Amino acid sequence: MRPARGGESVREDRQYPASISLADVVFTHGGEQGLLFEGLSLEIPAGKVTAILGPNGSGKTTLLHLILGILAPGEGAVLLAHRRRDQYSRRDLGRLIGLVSQNEYIPFNFTVLEYVLLGRAPHLQLLQTPGEADIRTARLVLEETGLSHLEDRSIQALSGGERQLVMVARALTQQPRILLLDEPTSHLDLSNKGRVLGMIAQQAAHGVTVVYTTHEPNLAASSADFLVLMRAGRVLDAGPVVSTLTSAVLTQTYDVPVEVVELNGRRVVIGP
Amino acid sequence: MSIRHRFLFLSGLLFVTIGFSLFLGRYPRPYWMPLRLLWEDPLAQRLVLNLRLPRIVAAVLLGMVLSAAGFVLQMLFRNPLVEPGFLGVSQGAAFGAALGIIVVGASPLLLQGMAALFALLGLALSYLLARHIRFGGWTLRLILAGIAVSAFFSAGVGLLKYIADPLTQLPELVFWLLGALWGVTWSDTLSILPVAIVALLVAYLMRWRLNVLSLDDGIALSLGSAPARERTVLLVAVVTATAAVVSIAGIVGWVGLIVPQLARRLFGADAQHALPGAVLLGGLFALICDNIARVAFVGEIPLGILTSLLGALFFATLMVSPRRLQRRSAARRSGAAGRVRAVVRGEGE
Repeated sequence: MRPARGGESVREDRQYPASISLADVVFTHGGEQGLLFEGLSLEIPAGKVTAILGPNGSGKTTLLHLILGILAPGEGAVLLAHRRRDQYSRRDLGRLIGLVSQNEYIPFNFTVLEYVLLGRAPHLQLLQTPGEADIRTARLVLEETGLSHLEDRSIQALSGGERQLVMVARALTQQPRILLLDEPTSHLDLSNKGRVLGMIAQQAAHGVTVVYTTHEPNLAASSADFLVLMRAGRVLDAGPVVSTLTSAVLTQTYDVPVEVVELNGRRVVIGP
Repeated sequence: MSIRHRFLFLSGLLFVTIGFSLFLGRYPRPYWMPLRLLWEDPLAQRLVLNLRLPRIVAAVLLGMVLSAAGFVLQMLFRNPLVEPGFLGVSQGAAFGAALGIIVVGASPLLLQGMAALFALLGLALSYLLARHIRFGGWTLRLILAGIAVSAFFSAGVGLLKYIADPLTQLPELVFWLLGALWGVTWSDTLSILPVAIVALLVAYLMRWRLNVLSLDDGIALSLGSAPARERTVLLVAVVTATAAVVSIAGIVGWVGLIVPQLARRLFGADAQHALPGAVLLGGLFALICDNIARVAFVGEIPLGILTSLLGALFFATLMVSPRRLQRRSAARRSGAAGRVRAVVRGEGE
């Protein structure tokens, strides 16, 4: 049986923030040309927002999939909260990590509540159906993310921005300690982009380790604590945004001249 | 009507229809047998208990299994337009069973085994072929592969017809392939009962899980499921049951496609409600079709022809009706009554 939930907060059962580290990870998409990571090592700090920044095809999504275990490294290890990933059961991983992928396709016309409720799956047994407590949790997440008014709408009738917010809400209903997001704000207008970033910041403030990929340096500049710069399967630099987001490193990453300037105390990245 | 009321209503309707069907037939005269004959006429008794009842049970099981199988396949292949007949399952089962009839002679258990074996083979071939087709999205590839594999097994069935003994084996084979419950006995019905119940139970128990499995593989995995293993369990269950049904009834098409669609309109997309709904609706639909097939004319109309006729009509309607999503969700908000009206008007999805 699951422990009963008070319903006060969705984060009751969360413990200390979970870190992520990769040690000498080798990964190949098959064949000689498919070699993507050759001894990749990386420390992602716990309870912070980390942006993985790099041009298209640099291995950002693959990195997320390796952390989650959708892909398995050929060599090396992935450690989550100081434990090897393969020591977790699938269900434990589901409770540890939530994923928001890019352009998720949902073939059936679930309502928003039905869809968000799927985030309870790792908290349920294989044959169990969600109960009152799960519905309460899902509603609470919808409330916290300002989506309650969409509860009964069908998911295929939502706008692109609303859809993205609902996907994040589904991942939050998992109550994960690590939240992975793949290009969470591409295709979003400014207001929805702001809402997604707000959700991310809120999670980090509650001790969730947030990792997202992006190819927009300005997004990383404005919303991340920690930055991982990638290019062609290599980590060019990793560290706090203040020390990592520099003209020199970005120019190396993108192969075009990039300027970083201070504007009203904020860093702004100017491309060519 | 709330969802619970809709379930009660459908279950009630199914039981009433089953009772009603017992008295429907062409003895002693067309269409209706008076109630009192049941205890006055021993022939009527035997007719009802040994001919009509097993057939009614078989029809209900057939509808339930094909609907559940269609529903499960649609969720697992993430495609609302899939049914057993599209994925080489039905044709594979037909080929297996036909091979059984021609080569080894028909014993029900053997027929079922052969049908199940070739049904799984058909599904596996469709899946493998779809993975290797070099163009189109997953949906298109799956359907193309299913068409190719079905055609392959149809050719095999054609060959079997050609070599069948025209006086004894061929008529049986042809009528059986059209899809009919003609001549179903208690032993036929009871032979598919265990497999059918197991498959329906597996699908029912995993009904909420089906929602998770209908998401992207990565997302399903991130939700703590083991998509490959869970899908395999469900697939083996529904494909085996479909094969069992095919082995006694031949190919009864379209049930597995339209009943899940209809169920989603009545119960919403969430499989927790829509799957049991599809099972009930499927039983009802197949029983009504079989009643018409059995009673309407002096000669029997093969059931498969009726379900295809109704199914194709419904499907065409579905395809040309516009996607009025906003109005559907409006109907949802205005409560179940609005929803039912929306369904009646043929809106949604």
